Amino acid sequence: MIRQPATLRWLAAIGVYAFLYLPLLIVILHSFNASKLGTQWSGFTLHWYQVLLQDDEMLRAAYHSLLIAAVASAVSTVLGTLAGLALHRYKLRLLPLLIMAPLAIPELLSGVSLLIFFVLINFTLGLASIMLAHIAFCISFVAIVVRSRLVGMDPALVEAARDLGATPWQSFRYITLPLIAPGIVAGALLAFTLSIDDFVITFFTAGVDASTLPLRIYTMIKITVTPEVNAISTILVLLTLVILAIAARLAPSALRSGT
Amino acid sequence: MPSQERLTRWLIGGPPWLYLLLLFVAPTLIMVAASFGWPGAEGGLAPLLLRDAQGLHFDLTLDNYTDLAATTLYAWLFLKSLAYAVVVTLCCLILAYPLALTIAKSPKRWRNALLLLVILPFWSNFLVRIYAWMIILGPQAGLSRLVNGVLAWLHLEPVSLLFSPFAVLIGLIYVHLPFMILPLYANLEKHDPALLDAARDLGAKPWQCFWQITFPLSRPGVIAGAILVFIPALGAFAVPDILGGTSGIMIGNVIKMQFLEARDWPFGSALSIVMTILVLALTAAAAWAARRAGGRIYD
Repeated sequence: MIRQPATLRWLAAIGVYAFLYLPLLIVILHSFNASKLGTQWSGFTLHWYQVLLQDDEMLRAAYHSLLIAAVASAVSTVLGTLAGLALHRYKLRLLPLLIMAPLAIPELLSGVSLLIFFVLINFTLGLASIMLAHIAFCISFVAIVVRSRLVGMDPALVEAARDLGATPWQSFRYITLPLIAPGIVAGALLAFTLSIDDFVITFFTAGVDASTLPLRIYTMIKITVTPEVNAISTILVLLTLVILAIAARLAPSALRSGT
Repeated sequence: MPSQERLTRWLIGGPPWLYLLLLFVAPTLIMVAASFGWPGAEGGLAPLLLRDAQGLHFDLTLDNYTDLAATTLYAWLFLKSLAYAVVVTLCCLILAYPLALTIAKSPKRWRNALLLLVILPFWSNFLVRIYAWMIILGPQAGLSRLVNGVLAWLHLEPVSLLFSPFAVLIGLIYVHLPFMILPLYANLEKHDPALLDAARDLGAKPWQCFWQITFPLSRPGVIAGAILVFIPALGAFAVPDILGGTSGIMIGNVIKMQFLEARDWPFGSALSIVMTILVLALTAAAAWAARRAGGRIYD
């Protein structure tokens, strides 16, 4: 083994890891910074978290985000699981294209086309339109995760159940469903995370009144940057970490197939 | 019982199929139609169907596309966005390759943890990751002061790192880097180490091993990563919107402006359709290249 290239490679790799992590660490660090301008360290404080807790608009946005993510992940988990089963078992016309295409075009284009769509059919832009839009893109991700779980399943198990006299429903309920359950849960968590994090599609389908956390953060970044942004960002980073830790435990492979 | 079989098939596949038809296909088709329409009197879209003395007829126009073709500004912006996307893709490749290779060559029990370390920051909120660069590149931050200190020492004008094309490129690279690392790793991990051993036994130098064995074999991974980075980078609007100021503007910002500020939806739709065609053409070309390189993109 030649040592030199390996050492160089590790140095480069560590550099790239630093590039990935330093920006987030800076945000987290600044959320505890007493300085209002946020450029110099002037002591530890939890002040910005207190400000956050008293910011009614931010709390309302957080409530909206959670509500949208809960509804969108619930509905898209059902539809996505059905789609995953259909992709695996049946050759439905157009279905593979309908699942993959939304992932292959820039989010911006999905956002503006949904905007025209909702306005033309006279659907008031607000929480409901955001939910409908989120469900649409979450279905694809859930379907891919569930299908990858189905691909790894031994088809002999279902055949055995059928041979022993189980109805199609029974073999699904007692064999397939328990086996793909971790995939379904991972898909649901993935959908929840994607929904709560989404900015671009939400931006175009939100209308004037509805606000979500990413929309609120966007407004704060564009208009007045206060260290409160650091605090809410830190909370979002931690929340995502918790959800991911659960998902990683349930279905390690699901995280990678989600990209 | 073929009819019952068909019923279950539609009970399972039907709901998601219908949902996506309604909320993905229909909006896309409406956007295609809108790109041939007239802007409404108060913004938005004028009715595509008109009823007048001659009865019901379509009121369509090619004006949006001819305007687009006649205005060099848009062609220039498309070129600029393409150039940004190319630079971002190349930079991501250069940054991702050593990391993906290191993970692929590390002991098996470390690999998943090393990979998870790549994915973790990528799952934190998109806006937070962009905002982090606002802090880093800000005029009061250490980096700006360092750069401007050096420039002053060289008797050059100070520059603003934030709100510049440079900030847009950094932001786009940062946001899209994992999309390059993951497919590259997935490819590199499958390489047979015996090939490199054989090459070394036959006297190949490390760089020869890399350029004549590892890199050619990794081409499908490179192409897959390039697509996953290039497409969203080309259609980016949030990164240039937040980090770019006026000089870092991309075609995505113009599309957003047409829809939300100028409220000229037909023209915005025409711009979106051109971008879609560009994306589809490049994806098809890359898929073709990947097949020739001996791999599939969507595994």
